[in-house]
Amino acid sequence: MKTINGIGVSPGVVSAPAFYVAKTKHAEIVLGSLSEILSALESVAKDLDSKAAQTNMTIAKDVIEAQAMIARDPELHSKIQSLIGESSSDLRIVLEKSFEQFKIDLTNLGGYFAERVSDLDEIKHLVVNKLLGLEEASIDIMSDSILVAEDLSPADTATINLKFVKGLVVSKGGPTSHTAIVARNLGIPAIVGAKGAENIRHGDFLLLNGRKGVVIVDPSSTEINSAIKRERELKNKTSRVSGPGRLKDKTLVNLLANAGNIQDAKKALELDAEGIGLFRTELLYLNQTKIPTINEQVALFSELFEMFNDKKIIIRTLDAGSDKPVPFLKSEKEENPALGVRGWRLVREHKQIISEQLKAISIAAEKSKCDVWVMAPMIDTPNEAKEFSGLAKSFGIKKVGVMIETPAAAILADKIFAEVDFASLGTNDLTQYVMAADRLDSRLSDLTNTWHPSVLRMIQIAGSYATKMNKPLGVCGEAGADPLLAAILIGLGVTSLSMSSNSIEEVKGFISTLTKSQCEKTALKVVRCSSAEQARDLAQKELN
Amino acid sequence: MIKATTKIAHAVGLHARPAAMVVKLVSSSGEKVTLSRLNQSPVNAASMLSVLSLGLKQGEEVEISIDSDEANDLMEQIVSLISTPLDE
Repeated sequence: MKTINGIGVSPGVVSAPAFYVAKTKHAEIVLGSLSEILSALESVAKDLDSKAAQTNMTIAKDVIEAQAMIARDPELHSKIQSLIGESSSDLRIVLEKSFEQFKIDLTNLGGYFAERVSDLDEIKHLVVNKLLGLEEASIDIMSDSILVAEDLSPADTATINLKFVKGLVVSKGGPTSHTAIVARNLGIPAIVGAKGAENIRHGDFLLLNGRKGVVIVDPSSTEINSAIKRERELKNKTSRVSGPGRLKDKTLVNLLANAGNIQDAKKALELDAEGIGLFRTELLYLNQTKIPTINEQVALFSELFEMFNDKKIIIRTLDAGSDKPVPFLKSEKEENPALGVRGWRLVREHKQIISEQLKAISIAAEKSKCDVWVMAPMIDTPNEAKEFSGLAKSFGIKKVGVMIETPAAAILADKIFAEVDFASLGTNDLTQYVMAADRLDSRLSDLTNTWHPSVLRMIQIAGSYATKMNKPLGVCGEAGADPLLAAILIGLGVTSLSMSSNSIEEVKGFISTLTKSQCEKTALKVVRCSSAEQARDLAQKELN
Repeated sequence: MIKATTKIAHAVGLHARPAAMVVKLVSSSGEKVTLSRLNQSPVNAASMLSVLSLGLKQGEEVEISIDSDEANDLMEQIVSLISTPLDE
């Protein structure tokens, strides 16, 4: 018996034989000409296109499409051309050399960019297979198995017959890796970063615990039975990760999507969002040189509301400023645009535009079944909240709220909640204002990190008032899309999360493994840290 | 030749979907388009690998140039792809 530890990314217990997926190693020399290698690249790109079309997992689709674009890359082709001699060359070496500089550049950039290096390896692998006339080694799983691999590419997961895959163990990757997302999507137990998994042999009998992040090779029957029994007890207390977003203890957390146009909204519906938590109205005006008429606006909002039937949509009134220019608003040049006339402050000079927006939203809402909420951006004081609420209600808007994105608003959140029905934290701006660091300045990106305990304590203040006064408090910044941070925000009193619709699935899966009190306890510890890194590490340790 | 300068709006920088959108648009236009950091050597905007290797981050300025005098529409589309955030 041997135990291998990893990071549990999708809960559940399963025991089954290992199905080891090894990539074929290409030992032989592959001779060929320029035209052969180019046509192999094109045919790989075509295969990837059709795989992208087959999969309905957006995350896999994006990666596969990017790989197809790399295979068709004109710069790559000219590099290959310059490397290939008159006579036939070993195409493996040509490919490796043509990728070399790109790999170095991408690795040096780190993060997402560095991860693309694995795409280059994948493409090389596929092209060599193609040149050797090898069919993509299809992974034929015919009986219940636990899939074990070094790593699974999106293309792999698009071709595997997942019916018999009862669990996933990969030795590489982290909690946000492709494998983790796929596993949660399928609802099967999985662990990633399982160092030592490469020693598992095909056919070994495994006991996989995705909640604890452990896989046991050759387990005893007592071990299997007790793990299954324990998991059943845990599972009975939880619900499945379908339906609305909720924690393990069934506390509901609204999971909504951010959108700025009808296409985004359509996608949100396809990806099972419970509604829209932030509909940005400024994008509707970006290509307009004059202000759209009320009728034009009503038509647009009606189209949106119709799509969402009786779901919830939170509309944000015009959020523009000299840093976010809208063509028909001639804004003055400001010394300090982030601190200038932006968001709700536009009402000082352009009250009519905001009034017309509210009127159009109200007319469209009246004609629909949609649960329409409206909020104003950049509210700084309780007085501004009162002013907005008065204006919105005078047009017949039923649910009126504000965005809390300045420290001033967060600190006086009790006074602001007294004026409105709900609030939503704009974590990107709140972070830049708390840290006094421009969110657009990449030199300061270490400071503009929402994990910073200063920012989290600010959110804690607003969150505690929301809880005390029983008012909904949302988040509509990027923070909500980070599963770990989402859990901390919930622990601080946030009741709904709005994010890019692609992230919903992952956040939904992660929070369903946690209870409210776990989130609260961890949040209390995290706000006592002294750096963003420390805060994140602690959350990771406590919640994963 | 027309040129324009804009700032990267995407929180994640010019990678993943934003980069793919730019490359797709440029490839389908058939025009010769380059991207560069200010005062640095330009790269082919139809090349996914080159665009990714620039490693442009949010808030950085990027110069776009098109080898044509009649591609104002295309320029406008590229600028708006780069300077409009996909998400908050």
